[in-house]
Amino acid sequence: MRDGRGGGGDGRGPGTWRTVVTVLRKDLLLELRGLDTLPAMILFSIVTFVIFHFGLNQETIAGQEAAGVLTVTLLFASMLGINRLFVAEREQGGFDGFLLAPVDRSALLIAKATALFLFLVVLEVIAVPAFALLLLGPSLGPPLPGLLAMLALGDVAFAVIGTLVSAIAVQTRARDLIGPIVGLPLLLPALIALARGIGPLLAAHGSGTPPGKWVAILALYDVVFALLSYAVFDFLLED
Amino acid sequence: MTTYGRGLRGLSLLTVLTITVAFVLVFFYAPLDANQGFIQKIFYLHVPLAITALCGFVFGGLLAVMYLRTGERKWDIRSYVAIHMALIFGVGTLLTGTIWAKASWGHWWVWSDPTLTSFLIVMLLFATYQPLRFSIEDPERQSRYASVFAVVAGAFVPLNFLAVRLAQPYVHPRVLTLTGGNLPGPMRLTFVVAWLGIALLYVTLWKYEMAAKSTRMQVRALRRALLGEDAVAPLKRSAAPS
Amino acid sequence: MSGLVLHIAVAPALPLHAAGKYVAGAYIVFVAILLIYVGIMATRLGRMERELDELRRDVLARRGDADDNPAGESDREHETVA
Repeated sequence: MRDGRGGGGDGRGPGTWRTVVTVLRKDLLLELRGLDTLPAMILFSIVTFVIFHFGLNQETIAGQEAAGVLTVTLLFASMLGINRLFVAEREQGGFDGFLLAPVDRSALLIAKATALFLFLVVLEVIAVPAFALLLLGPSLGPPLPGLLAMLALGDVAFAVIGTLVSAIAVQTRARDLIGPIVGLPLLLPALIALARGIGPLLAAHGSGTPPGKWVAILALYDVVFALLSYAVFDFLLED
Repeated sequence: MTTYGRGLRGLSLLTVLTITVAFVLVFFYAPLDANQGFIQKIFYLHVPLAITALCGFVFGGLLAVMYLRTGERKWDIRSYVAIHMALIFGVGTLLTGTIWAKASWGHWWVWSDPTLTSFLIVMLLFATYQPLRFSIEDPERQSRYASVFAVVAGAFVPLNFLAVRLAQPYVHPRVLTLTGGNLPGPMRLTFVVAWLGIALLYVTLWKYEMAAKSTRMQVRALRRALLGEDAVAPLKRSAAPS
Repeated sequence: MSGLVLHIAVAPALPLHAAGKYVAGAYIVFVAILLIYVGIMATRLGRMERELDELRRDVLARRGDADDNPAGESDREHETVA
């Protein structure tokens, strides 16, 4: 569901696409070399699953309960990720450099959101099997395609809002706090749609396809906030 | 500079009149609800407050769009006041909502009412508006970032209501909400008058607040013009645009 | 007929006299918030009057250095009340 972001053919010109790819490569390379954000997110998720096991005091969970645990864990892990998203730019003058270059400023938004999205995908590659191993009762096989589709839509939501909120938070004094407290309420509709969409999939004799209603809401949320973020992002970068 | 005080007295009188008429209608004209009885009277206060608060948030978002487009400070101040007022009306909504819930269900909070739940989420979001402003010191940047927030949060309101309403289980009766469709005539009239009163109250209070802020700014500007820059004491750290 | 009986059986959770307490509570909350706001505005108004007073004094003090006429008193005599 990576639509509408950075597509070279929508009349914005090759400059945007190249900028996006450049910034994206830089961020991914930085993460690969430094390897601090992603391992932390993964470790956090797994520890959270263990905490949930003890908190709920159950051998396995299924259905809506399982969907809730998985969704909430991924949500909090992405909050960890967003705090680090713009830190390098802020502290090493990356913003100024970017503003001076003759590029489309929204490319920064697209690149950062894509980076965060990719982080979340990698996170889920590890966290979802871990979840199935540690907590989930029913087998993960049959619902997997539907689950992956919903998670992809959810990742778009987390990535878009996370980037927007992180860009706002990085300029404030209470940097680490503003991000989550603004981002979490904003993400609530997406969370509702994601958790309710996954719920039937993880039930003991669950269906393979998520309920259409929740897919539609999540997709609508993604489109609305992606467009909105794209529209307002410029104002965050002015100086 | 716009004078917000113009027409304020007439508006205030109209507001007081409308609200008084509304209260009279609520207690002497509107019939008793078959299901809830006397408790249902809270509806005439709670729902108008809710609708007005939500419109206030969206209004604040629209004013913020104007600021982003023009860069004129006055739009940011208007947006700030709109959101501030809407927050107060929102608190009123939540308080009357919990009282209604307690009277109807015996619990101070019910997740089954979509209005109350959506409201809680919206309030949680807008509660971060002032901490956000407060933590940005540069005034121009503060206005810009606050406006971005107001726009995004304003767009969030309808989407949030949609999601929460759809998340409610179908079997649970929506006791606390009587939508316009089911209202019999006298109840509908009372509701409309009550809503009008609350909406007028919002506009009146908005104008009051704007007049107060505008006057304060002009006094400071006068002071600065007549006595020089150093005669003006810096404002205490505040979330409000100055 | 049984539908009507069922309807009456689903009465409000509380008897009427207790229900009145909650309704009153809700409306009182509303009025209280309103009055608190009016009170805050009154305080603001007081503060603004004090600021204007200070401003007037400071302006007169500055002007008064160059000009011997203390303008304050005669000014008030020229103004009408309404």
